[in-house]
Formats: sequence, C-alpha cells, structure tokens
Amino acid sequence: MSASPVYLDAATAAPLHPVARQALLAALDDGWADPGKLYAQARRARQLLDAARAATAETLGVRPDELSFTGSGTTAAHAAVLGGLAGRRRVGPILVHSEIEHSAVLHAAERHTAAGGTALGVPVDRLGRLDVAAWETAVHAPGVALAALIAASHEVGTVQPVEEAAVACAAAGVPLYVDAAQAVGRVPVPAGWSVLTASAHKWGGPAGVGLLVVRKGTRWESPWPADERESGRTPGALNLPAVVAAAASLRAAAADAAAEAARLAPLVDRIRARVAAEVPDVEVVGDPGHRLPHLVTFSCLYVDGEALLHALDRRGFAVSSGSSCTSSTLRPSHVLEAMGVLSHGNVRISLHRETTEADVERFLAELPGIVADLRTEAGVVGL
Amino acid sequence: MTAPREVLDCRGQRCPLPVIAVARRLPELPVGTVVRVLADDPAAAVDIPAWCRMRGQEFLGKVTGEDGPAYDVRRQH
Ligand SMILES: Cc1ncc(COP(=O)(O)O)c(C=O)c1O
Repeated sequence: MSASPVYLDAATAAPLHPVARQALLAALDDGWADPGKLYAQARRARQLLDAARAATAETLGVRPDELSFTGSGTTAAHAAVLGGLAGRRRVGPILVHSEIEHSAVLHAAERHTAAGGTALGVPVDRLGRLDVAAWETAVHAPGVALAALIAASHEVGTVQPVEEAAVACAAAGVPLYVDAAQAVGRVPVPAGWSVLTASAHKWGGPAGVGLLVVRKGTRWESPWPADERESGRTPGALNLPAVVAAAASLRAAAADAAAEAARLAPLVDRIRARVAAEVPDVEVVGDPGHRLPHLVTFSCLYVDGEALLHALDRRGFAVSSGSSCTSSTLRPSHVLEAMGVLSHGNVRISLHRETTEADVERFLAELPGIVADLRTEAGVVGL
Repeated sequence: MTAPREVLDCRGQRCPLPVIAVARRLPELPVGTVVRVLADDPAAAVDIPAWCRMRGQEFLGKVTGEDGPAYDVRRQH
C-alpha cells in the first residue's frame, strides 16, 4: 500500500494555481499573436500583456513601466545584477552581495569578476541573518556600483533585514537589488530597493516567467544585445499565455497571502519543534522567528543527504536538499556553509496552498523511522 | 599548538563519512587528545566544525599541507 504523494518542494516550484491554469488555457486561444504588430490578433495580445503588466505592477505597488517580464527568475536576476552594474560602471566596479544569495545572483557575480569587476560577499550569522554592520561598511566603500540582498533565504527561510540594508544603501547612494523570489506572493516586501526580481513558479504561476522591476531614476543598462521589447529589458518574444497566467495567479496568491501565512506558519513551527524533539541529533536551521511562513530546513547528523531524499521519495515525500551529494556540484550549499551549520543530511521542506495538516502529520510520523533506518544501515547508531 | 596524536585519512570519502570517522575514533582516545582528519570533500570544512559544536568537542582549525586540507579536533570530554 502506498499513501498518496506529498509534495513539499514549493520553494522550487509550487503546484500550478487553479487561477493560473484557467488563465493559461484562455490565453493559449487568445494570446498567441505578437503583441507588437498592427492587426486585430496582435491588438488582442497587446491588451492581454498590458492587463497582465498593470495587474502585476499593482500587486507589487510599482508603476507598470517599471516592470518587465522575463523568461525566468534566473534571467531576471542575471539582468538585475549585470544591468545594475553596467548602469553604474562609471561609479566603480564593485558588487556587494550577501553570502547567501541564490546561485543565479552569484553566477552573474562570477561573470562580473571574470570581466575584471569585483564582488564582495557580506557574511551572515549562524541563523542566516545578514551582518548589517558589515553590510553598512561594505556599501560605503568607494566604487560600489550595486548591492544585492535576497529578501528571504530560499534555503533556510530566514527573512533578511532589507529595510536596514536599504537605509545603509540610501545613505551610501548605492542602489539596492532585492531578489524577492521566495517573498513575492507570500509575504510583504519592504520598500527601499531600486531593482527587484521574482519568479512565477514560486507562487503558483507557470515556470518560465520572471519579473524584473527597475524603479524610475535607477541607472540600469541592459546587459543583453539590443531589443526593444519589455522596455528594452528582455530580449525575445515573451511566452504571453504564461505571463498572463503568472499575473492572474500572483493576484490570487497575494490576496490569500496573509491567510495562507497564518495557516502555514504554525505548521512550519510544528515541523521545527517536532523534528528537533523526535529525531535525535538533528540541527534545525534558520531563524526561528524572522522567517518565511512556508519553508523549514534541518540537517541530520551522519545521514547521507541523497540517501535521505531517496528514502523520503520512496515513501512519497518530495523535498529538496542543500547537501552537496544531492546536487550537481561537489560543494556543500554555500548558504549552509556561510551559516556554519551542518551541511550533510540536509532537508528543505516548503509548503503551499494544497499542503494540509494531515500531510505534515504524515511526514512527521514517518521521518524519525526513516532517519533511524538510514542510521542503522550506515552503522552510525550511538555515535 | 598541540601536535596531533593520530591522523585519520578520509581522503576520497564523501561527507558524512569523515565526520563519522572522527565520531567513531575520538571517544576511544584519552580526553585532550588531538586528532587530525585528512578530508578532501569540501563539505568537511563545514561539517567537522559543526559536529564539534553539536558534540561539545573542540575544533582547533583547518590546516592545509602536502596531504591536502586537514582538520584538527581535540577531545574535550
Ligand atoms: C531566491 C531565488 N532566486 C532566483 C530563483 C530562480 O528562479 P527561476 O527558477 O524562475 O529561474 C529562485 C528559484 O530557484 C530562487 O529561489
């Protein structure tokens, strides 16, 4: 007998919101034409795109012309970093970033340093919270073109002090880029940033849609070859049906966000408490208070992360991991590394609108036995 | 600095194996003994200090010599 599968990896991709599905299907019929052309089908497509932009901008509290859709959260992050640096190259070559940025941001930073620029990582504490004093010092150094801070950690859920970081950036005259992929559609994003990005499949929209917001007055220069679409910020034809679905589902997710947070946060608290109490030798990581309502991470001592993921998958649980043996790189998660917490045996659970209390209970009921079995097999009981 | 009394060669092993090796061996040695763990899995740099913190053992630091990265741990209790 196998129980129904329990999907607990919303931070990678949330199940498609029903509103997204509906909008996607309608827009497949209605939004296939190129919105840039001068005929009836194009005008219909243009209307859909304009409406999607207006709705998304309203949800984010920005002007429609500040918002561009992109092909993913990753390309949005690349554009935010490289475009923000290019726009201020006369000021200097330095990118300041937290050490727990998403790999999309770090890979853009690598591109920048390969081209002769400088990237300066600012540390976090054991809970994964930015060292604000170090950040302040870093952004005040001469030659800083851009500062990048993730709104909340995609790996451990710790919400970052964006407001304080923004105050420091404003005082130093440095634009702040916030990667809000795990926050948009779930929790409010503090003001004070100049560039913001997000990703639709994190809130229940389709994969392959990102948001790039560049506030008026921000010096930003496209890092891509010239293309007029999306205010010159995104080259190529958009996947308009997916954009329409992203916009519709963002509106729905944002409307439910407070209620969903109130429902999911206690489940996350329960997972944190019960895992710590019922699984021996486990380190529950991330800030216990200042955290995302839907994401929780822990590491099990002496347990191989890949073996744990496979064992959970066999019992029907889909989860993610920051352990090196579960990823394509041989390095442990740079986030866990920056925090100085155990990186092997790592599991990230992320909840979504379809997650029930029963799902969480089943996970909590089965986890201690799964970990115990793996430890027995590995002969590490009692160490 | 205390010279390590014993070297655990965990080169080629993936985490958590180097951590398991030190967890096995350290309690067999007298309190105060320093063990050096040779480990080339980059995760060891995170996991050996984290293990020391969780277990109340002393992490003395990372040393990089001819044999690659190594981590010194002292038995505290
Ligand atoms: C914080 C953060 N930034 C950026 C991304 C990249 O978004 P996408 O998957 O749409 O490329 C993700 C998702 O992996 C994320 O969690």
